[in-house]
Amino acid sequence: MMDQPLQTSSNARWAALVWAHLRKDMRIEWRSREAINSMLFFALLVVVLFSMAFDPTLDASREIAGGVLCVATLFASVSALNQAWAREIRHQVLDALRMTPGGGAAIFLAKVLTNFCFVTLVQCVLAPIFFIFYNLHPLGDARLLALVIPLGTWALVSNGTFFAALSIRSRNRELLLPLVLFPIFLPALLAMVLAVKTILTGDNSDPDQLWIKMLACYDIIFTTVSLLLFDTVLEAE
Amino acid sequence: MKKLLIFPAVLGILALMAWGFYQAIYIAPTEATMGEVQRIFYYHVPHGILCYLFFSINFVASMLVLAWRRSNPAKSLAADAWALAGAEVGTLYCTINLVTGPLWARPVWGIWWTWDARLTTSLILWLIYVSYLLVRRFAAGSEMQALAAVLAVFGALDMPINYLANRIWRTQHPSPVIGGGPESGMAPPIAAALGWNVLAWAVWGLAVLAIRIHLERRQQAIDNAEAVAALAAD
Repeated sequence: MMDQPLQTSSNARWAALVWAHLRKDMRIEWRSREAINSMLFFALLVVVLFSMAFDPTLDASREIAGGVLCVATLFASVSALNQAWAREIRHQVLDALRMTPGGGAAIFLAKVLTNFCFVTLVQCVLAPIFFIFYNLHPLGDARLLALVIPLGTWALVSNGTFFAALSIRSRNRELLLPLVLFPIFLPALLAMVLAVKTILTGDNSDPDQLWIKMLACYDIIFTTVSLLLFDTVLEAE
Repeated sequence: MKKLLIFPAVLGILALMAWGFYQAIYIAPTEATMGEVQRIFYYHVPHGILCYLFFSINFVASMLVLAWRRSNPAKSLAADAWALAGAEVGTLYCTINLVTGPLWARPVWGIWWTWDARLTTSLILWLIYVSYLLVRRFAAGSEMQALAAVLAVFGALDMPINYLANRIWRTQHPSPVIGGGPESGMAPPIAAALGWNVLAWAVWGLAVLAIRIHLERRQQAIDNAEAVAALAAD
């Protein structure tokens, strides 16, 4: 009986810790704007590169546009994700963070939420440019894009944050992150690209929204495993 | 005593593999529509099944590394040798599976490769374990063992997806012949040849695994001795 208020207050305390970590990361980014600026420009470059390499004529562009958007976000976020942890290595900030009461899961969740906001922001800026460059007008239910893109972004950011923390201690960490992240992220990329393609072409090839359900399952499973294992990554030495 | 046992064991494994080869090439009947090229089935399928076995060994050993890391470093080190050996042999078997597949597909389908669910998830599985082996080269010491074990958990998550791929989706890859529902199954001589080959390649793979674990344990002993010597020199 007495446990109930205690439980609630410890949950609230944990949430407050996540919020504190989140505010710290947001404030650092607000002062420097390093991550968002570099991600934005990088993603823009990838979109331009692809549109030059593939000549997006009207019909073909709908087929490949989803893939280009996903890959552009993927490349852009990898550069920012490395920075997110590299910043904490300087002046032993990471060691200080490890001593905070919430444990690894709170730090991890806050980092994922921050990075999710950044990547979503970049996508919001990028999307109009993207639609103009590729002459897109979705033939399927465009509202579903608002569900698919965040789900795919969450898969990317959650895994990316986890594996960036994992590779931060290794030699040449900038190289290791994509090597580890891309294979793990591939199933989510596939589901996201196919879901976006179905929406843009409106070909009704996926009436049960199987790809969106798969993406949601992937998010739940991989985020849970990451939360459970993050303490191990943080304490690995 | 141990050395005396190795010789008959090696002979036994070689005999079993020769028997498997004989079953697959001479005893099993030639398939009606595909002809002789279908015999690659007796190599492709066993390697596909067995790469699950070795990746599972890698997964269990990795969980043990995580469990024993703090409480029992000596046992954790032993489990790490098992994890490494499991991943290496599993990757080898997965590679053979991925090479024999296109060799069969080219004459039967007319193409080397197609991006259906089974083939794609198999390739992803292979990529994940190659990245696992890369991580092990990029970092060192007990820190690397913990990080590699964490990555192995993520790799193991892909195994059920791969197993279910041609059960959930309609794939160009043939639907499962074992445990695939009421219409699956094989004629007895084909099942016998497949069974012998699964057994032979399993025993062979386990032997390679044992040798690899033995090697890794020796390497760990050398590293440990060098570390102790360096400490003593100070």
